[in-house]
Amino acid sequence: MPWPVDALPYPFELGFMQRALVAGVVVGVFAPMIGTFVVQKRMSLIGDGIGHLAFAGVGAGLVAGVSPIWAALVVAIAGALGIEWLRSRRSASGDLALALFFYSGIAAGVVLVSLGGGFGASILTFLFGQPLTVNDEEILTIVGLGAAIVAAMLVLRRGLFAVVTDEDWSRVAGLPVGLLNTVLAVIVAASVVAAMRIVGLLLVAAMMVLPVASGQVLARSFRGTLWWSVAIGVASVVAGLAASRLWGLAPGGTIVLIAAGVFAVVALVKRATIPKLQAEGAGL
Amino acid sequence: MTASEVLAEAAPATLVEASGVSFSYGRQPVLEDVDLRVRAGEFVALVGPNGSGKSTLLRVLLGSLAPTSGTVRLFGEPPTRFADRARVGYVPQRPVLDSEVPATVEEIVTAGRLARRGWWRPLHREDHVQVGHALASVGLAELAKRPLNELSGGQQQRAFIARAFAGEPDLLVLDEPIAGVDAESQRRFRDSITHLIVEHGAGVLLVSHELSAVAQDLDRVVVLKRRIVFDGPPAQLAASGVSLGVHPEDLPLWLEELG
Repeated sequence: MPWPVDALPYPFELGFMQRALVAGVVVGVFAPMIGTFVVQKRMSLIGDGIGHLAFAGVGAGLVAGVSPIWAALVVAIAGALGIEWLRSRRSASGDLALALFFYSGIAAGVVLVSLGGGFGASILTFLFGQPLTVNDEEILTIVGLGAAIVAAMLVLRRGLFAVVTDEDWSRVAGLPVGLLNTVLAVIVAASVVAAMRIVGLLLVAAMMVLPVASGQVLARSFRGTLWWSVAIGVASVVAGLAASRLWGLAPGGTIVLIAAGVFAVVALVKRATIPKLQAEGAGL
Repeated sequence: MTASEVLAEAAPATLVEASGVSFSYGRQPVLEDVDLRVRAGEFVALVGPNGSGKSTLLRVLLGSLAPTSGTVRLFGEPPTRFADRARVGYVPQRPVLDSEVPATVEEIVTAGRLARRGWWRPLHREDHVQVGHALASVGLAELAKRPLNELSGGQQQRAFIARAFAGEPDLLVLDEPIAGVDAESQRRFRDSITHLIVEHGAGVLLVSHELSAVAQDLDRVVVLKRRIVFDGPPAQLAASGVSLGVHPEDLPLWLEELG
């Protein structure tokens, strides 16, 4: 695919940086979007649990000689359905259900990867992310998955909002609670796989949760939180990629550190201003 | 038209009905041979001590639990087969108050339109008008854009009542909606319930320990202690000798005032 070299200024003037930028911005949009619903559901760690399962999928793909991304997608979706099934049957708490899959996933991944030739450089790109080596085929996969995730979220957002804020009420109101929870879990799985080449499986959940942590401090509505989170997610990706080029840092980790830094600043500023505003409101 | 058909037409429609309902958690009986009926336009309070089976009975009536024996009919159908869920408004006992992500009063109340509109469909102007009416009826119109978690307990509870109102229910079921809320919220609560009954002909089933705010408006009080021990007008309850608590002398203040 021809890339418009020189269309963007430094540090994004080179083709590999532009590929990283496109893929990264897509992740910066959809990960916090779905993260808003996941955080409200108090399942902030589900991205981590599914990330570990996706690692087993990557290993299975290497052993079977098929695309690691698609193998990871199949295993992640199967795992997401399993976690949701355990949670909904209350056979295990959401926490314990996650832990069961979490450790089984990472153990299966280690065994499969060793069978498939060991921990080479390609495994590290999945674990820690490497947006700078994303090829055109991977970009098409990420953009395709990202578009499907955003379209699904736009259609489902009202029903998902009702379910994640009050599941008991939603059931009495006749909403398909089981279906919506299952679809949410599948979307989380697709998000983890679509984002793993950018920030890595070990950090993918951070892009779902950290921008939302900042967004909920800044916003005063669910809708506002969602759009603040997306804006912070995209800004963290752009700033993280630029910083990694400027100073030769690992891009996945840099993106997540910037998202965490944004939260620290936002939380401190809020803490400093709220008492002042309350004092003014009280006429003091 | 036969005489029985004329009578049936004259009587208000039965919205929810339990006949001979029993329910057990394992070997522990929770409900025994319960008969209960709520008709259109009726305001019924379900009372009883803690652990008397009130919440379980609500869950059975709404189809969340299947009775061990007996039958339940919600708008004439078994609750699990009843599809027109928009006709039932529900105010749960302890809704999610400490939400992680801020949600405005308006966002919460708008969710009440989903059952009527279809959860995947875009909302229309009429939906927003109904949400506005629901907010106004509980006195929260001016707080519509405020995050729910910044409101007092009573105001939050009114928001959840407005969510139920937004669906324009024919039957409103409330589980302990006014426990510990302020006097202003209790007055608003009473006004909005009577408005729903008088203007829309809805039936209301209220589970509550505290009935002072609505005692004068109740058509019937039903006392549940695993089985129904009283079902009649509130004025007859004091004379009936039925206590509402664990001890025989337990009579709440609202009932003493009524007597």
